[in-house]
Amino acid sequence: MELQYPAHVRAFADEVRAFTRGNLPAETRERVIRNLRVTRDQQIDWQRKLCERGWACPAWPKEYGGPGFTPLQRHVFDNVTQEEGAPAAIPFGESMIAPVIMAAGSAEQKAYYLPKIRTMEYFFCQGFSEPGSGSDLASLRTSAKLEGDEWVINGQKMWTSMAHHANMIFMLVRTDSSGKPQEGITMLVFSLDRPGITIRPIITMDEGHHTNEVFFDNVRVPKSALIGEANKGWNYAKLLLGHERTTIARIGQSRRQLRILKDYAASELEDGAPLIAQQRWRDRIAAVEIELMALEVTALRSIAIQEEKGAPGVEANLLKVKGSEIQQKMTELLMDAAGPYAIPFDEEHGFGQTNQSIGPDLAASLAPNYLSTRVVTIYGGSNEIQRNIVAKTLGL
Amino acid sequence: MEFKLTETQSLLQETALRLMREKYSFEQRKQILGSAKGWSQALWKEYAELGLLGVEIDEEFGGSSGSFGDLAVVLEAFGRGLAVEPFLSTVVIGAGLISSAGSADQKKAYLSKISEGKMTVAFALGEPGSRFAPHRISTSAKAANGGFVLNGAKAVVIGGNDADMLIAAARIAGAETAREGLSLFLIDAKTKGVDIRAYRNTDERGAAEITFEQVHAPAGALLGPPGGAADLIDAALDRANAALVCETTGAIDAVNDLTLDYIKTRVQFGRPIGKFQALQHRMADMAMTAQLARSMMALAIDYANSTDAAARAWAISAAKVQIIQSAQIAGRGAIQLHGGIGMTLEYAAGHYLRRMTAMEKMFGDYDWHLTRFSRA
Repeated sequence: MELQYPAHVRAFADEVRAFTRGNLPAETRERVIRNLRVTRDQQIDWQRKLCERGWACPAWPKEYGGPGFTPLQRHVFDNVTQEEGAPAAIPFGESMIAPVIMAAGSAEQKAYYLPKIRTMEYFFCQGFSEPGSGSDLASLRTSAKLEGDEWVINGQKMWTSMAHHANMIFMLVRTDSSGKPQEGITMLVFSLDRPGITIRPIITMDEGHHTNEVFFDNVRVPKSALIGEANKGWNYAKLLLGHERTTIARIGQSRRQLRILKDYAASELEDGAPLIAQQRWRDRIAAVEIELMALEVTALRSIAIQEEKGAPGVEANLLKVKGSEIQQKMTELLMDAAGPYAIPFDEEHGFGQTNQSIGPDLAASLAPNYLSTRVVTIYGGSNEIQRNIVAKTLGL
Repeated sequence: MEFKLTETQSLLQETALRLMREKYSFEQRKQILGSAKGWSQALWKEYAELGLLGVEIDEEFGGSSGSFGDLAVVLEAFGRGLAVEPFLSTVVIGAGLISSAGSADQKKAYLSKISEGKMTVAFALGEPGSRFAPHRISTSAKAANGGFVLNGAKAVVIGGNDADMLIAAARIAGAETAREGLSLFLIDAKTKGVDIRAYRNTDERGAAEITFEQVHAPAGALLGPPGGAADLIDAALDRANAALVCETTGAIDAVNDLTLDYIKTRVQFGRPIGKFQALQHRMADMAMTAQLARSMMALAIDYANSTDAAARAWAISAAKVQIIQSAQIAGRGAIQLHGGIGMTLEYAAGHYLRRMTAMEKMFGDYDWHLTRFSRA
């Protein structure tokens, strides 16, 4: 049984599904299904296919080269492509900096950046967090000083995911320390191929290289790197993080994991009977499926509220909190289903000598995936911060 | 139940903790993990010299004839230090099985070697289709030439990546799931027909997929009564689980210490993040669950070597269920409270979570123990 969408929405979903099945390379799909990171080339290849179809950057309006989807179409598009094993879009370009450029960029910036973001010719990363500025982002200290026609940047960014794949960065820098911390922050956009930038990998506990620290030593970027007005960067950052939170729920991805979990529970035997034959397993899977349904309907309500009021409400925070918790729950249940084969660690992450997986095909990547998914309740504003925001909206 | 350490235990604890402090810092451990074996033979020798490998082994064979409670303080220290040497497989399971079921000749041949650090052992029990069922064994042992010939496949053999000796469970009679008809065999890992596919585990210790193809075992390789090994298997698994409870109790304390220290010193919004109530409550839950873990460790020690199999199963399963819950609260909580830094490989918190994650699925998971408890 599934949620019933109106006929025209279902028809659209079928169209997206058919396109994805017809155009997504099998190898890319296989990696996504197995929770392995896709390569830079695979990511860009899929983006180009979406460009050709006119579906790249599904949240963008037509005037900037987007498909001009309604919010509901966009929701369906994201979820169907994720369910089918397409790589999720890298949010930094199309979902984070692009909306800021659309809202605050100059005409030249829009004309220059947006087409390149759309094709991923410009692969963006995000320079926000710093060693001393995580949840308390406004305390950031990386500085930029205007010298003639150039900004000179000094400092360090952390958790710069994808910086090793990116050729562009948008970042927050301190341009004024005299007033409130939020008031002296500026947003800059520039390419990474310039002297003084050093990117160092941060290896995470799943032994993967997903993120980096980036050092800036007298890095000179043109004055035109400024987005909007100087010292107004905090406002743009808030706009951008609001967009991040609505895309972070990853409902389609969780639906895909749910299907994998059900298949797993149907094939993994305990005492000669499949796990799914146990009431305990049926209850567990049903409970998480219901949570996911509630999240999906909430996403639909959020869309309706956005259409009516022009901005997401408190439910955007809820989508992030519950969406991330469900993602973690899925990885936990998959580990439970794998049983003893959750113990070995995937060879792709550094230590096997053979290509054949240990135990069932899927099992090998479960532990790294479980470990790396611990981050989803931390990034994009930790769930503690989200709950603080919800509490604030309640007047507490 | 004993809540106070004996004098012997205090000394053992001090020894083991000092070793961890001096020889198992994060950086030293990293070196060890990066070495060819992935564990330290030098430290293994040192454990032997300090008597840590022979805690329970009879004095006659170079041990101290100690109790499981003596072993427990060492295990707890190793959990705290995230030691990766094959102590669980060799000392807890291997020496345990040989001590309880070995013939005079077998004890003489192997126990001294284990206590001297000259032999590692792995228990080849589980099979690809057995999940956690300890008696669902289709590896066969057929009588031939005055000995036996073994055929079959073993899955996720903890320590099997680097064991000198395997204790293999095989069926000489009976249906696939029968308690009757099971035997244990001491098989040199280099025996012809033994194929070992070694790999590393999430907890950075090792395991292996092992196949036996026409492996010849002489009559003297039989460990314990032929066809009557089910009780031995159950006892070995209960000891292994009790050991995991002790290790994990140490790991929980260590990761809690680390987290508490971090939230007291990490400043955001102008104050240590530990001043925020949301984090305080989570930390308080982690501290409380560590107490429950410690309590169940006392219970597990009390029953680990009990000859009352039903009571032992009941108590050990209860302890395992609680330790899994406690480990999840502490391990996952530690990462969350640390934030990004907790996610990195260069920081210890993630390594504790990895240890705990593998522990959950060793020798029976949450469900398996919950079911066994409820049937007791």
